[in-house]
Amino acid sequence: MIRTENLVKSFGENEVLKGVTTEFYAGKPNLIIGSSGAGKTVLLKLLIGLFEPTSGKVFYDDTDLFSLSDERLREIRMKVGMLFQGNALFDSMTVGENIRFPMDMFTKMTLREKEKRVDECLEMVNMEGVNDRYPSEVSGGMQKRVGIARAMVLEPKYLFCDEPNSGLDPKTSILIDELICDLTKRNNITTIINTHDMNSVMGIGDNIVLLKDGNLVWQGNKTQVLESDSSVLQDFIFASPFLRRLREDALKQRHAHD
Amino acid sequence: MVVDNMLYNLGRYVNLLRDSFSRPEKFSMYYKETMRQMDAIGVGSVFIVLLISVFIGMVTAVQFADQLGDSFVPSYYIGYIVRDITIIEMAPTITCLVLAGKVGSNLAAEIGGMRQKEHIDAMEIMGVNTAAYLIMPKIIAAVVVIPMLVAISAFVSIIGGYLSTVIPGTISHTEYVLGLRSFFVPRYVFMMFVKAAVFAFLLTSVSCYMGYYVKGGSIELGQASTSAVVVSDVLILVFDFLIALLLT
Repeated sequence: MIRTENLVKSFGENEVLKGVTTEFYAGKPNLIIGSSGAGKTVLLKLLIGLFEPTSGKVFYDDTDLFSLSDERLREIRMKVGMLFQGNALFDSMTVGENIRFPMDMFTKMTLREKEKRVDECLEMVNMEGVNDRYPSEVSGGMQKRVGIARAMVLEPKYLFCDEPNSGLDPKTSILIDELICDLTKRNNITTIINTHDMNSVMGIGDNIVLLKDGNLVWQGNKTQVLESDSSVLQDFIFASPFLRRLREDALKQRHAHD
Repeated sequence: MVVDNMLYNLGRYVNLLRDSFSRPEKFSMYYKETMRQMDAIGVGSVFIVLLISVFIGMVTAVQFADQLGDSFVPSYYIGYIVRDITIIEMAPTITCLVLAGKVGSNLAAEIGGMRQKEHIDAMEIMGVNTAAYLIMPKIIAAVVVIPMLVAISAFVSIIGGYLSTVIPGTISHTEYVLGLRSFFVPRYVFMMFVKAAVFAFLLTSVSCYMGYYVKGGSIELGQASTSAVVVSDVLILVFDFLIALLLT
């Protein structure tokens, strides 16, 4: 579990995050949503430790992230996997070398053991046999999966995904969501996903945190999204008339069923 | 304001160097990266170094021969002057100025590109000390390989001087070789290697610094690359003067 206590982050005079207190649970996909400029990426970077907070705390289970020495911070980070919006795959390395890189850096495994683990990770994301291709030689969706495979290679306890669906078609987006959800539940990982994608919210949102202007304005799950009368939530999620109609239909069907 | 900015950058540069020279997570990975950089910086720069060096030697010899004219200075002095000017100044300084353009801009763009494409963030999150992994191998590789390039440059410049004066018949083979063998001061070779090592350190560390802290998009990356070359070049000339003061 990861929890934050009154997290504040300012850049000069600009207070981007204004005291966020929340919890992200293990074994569930935790989603951070909000419009552009709401503070989602800043919150994610604070949770990973790429930014230091102006005030407030981040706890990984019971460990205060920002009280750690550099060495202890690196130990924690070895338990963290991250899927970047732009994938952040190293261009000069093949897919296999990209996935192998954390093992090369931090383990004493033999080459054979590492290659076996690379194959396992590629199989986990349904991408067997692409070890020798370069990232530029595979599609955007495949790059995402390679990114997930690399994030999972050291069996992380915490997985962060920054806009995993950006630039993907709806079908591939759903596949990526299902993959992340499946890995999270199967390995009891604390997964935090920063997303704009409403399919993700309604598909895998077991714990959803809505940010607006740097404040946490709503928290709940995908079922509660439909029923909540929070105007901030409804304005954000069901922004278009089409989506509003869909919501009304879904609620009518549910009430009729009840 | 300018002074504040300079002090800020100096402090950040020193901190980055301190982080860069910390204990590697895994020696074999750093060794592999250092070898890769030696190949990129060293082998990748041989051709340009050979090209500029041969012309440096030719120009120096031809111009000195012209200035000698009908004076009473013996013509074998051409070999002597080409040797000394090459070893003391031309080979280390001109080679490193050119390498600041070729290698320095490349390093700044490479590291800056990694920063912009979140590769550095990805490594940080994995637990890699990115300053050490990305910068230390480059500095070590450059400090080892660039003095070798400078030695090659000095040798090729002397050959260039020979080609431009002996082949057209300005002086004879014997005179040129006599000049090369005259008044040799071994300390100058030491000075050449000191300059080469210091310049190599400066051009790689400054270029890596410029790339490591790049922000924004392609315009900022271009500016970082340009700054890497300009600042490296200025520092090379300043340290050239300081080393000359200290070692002569």
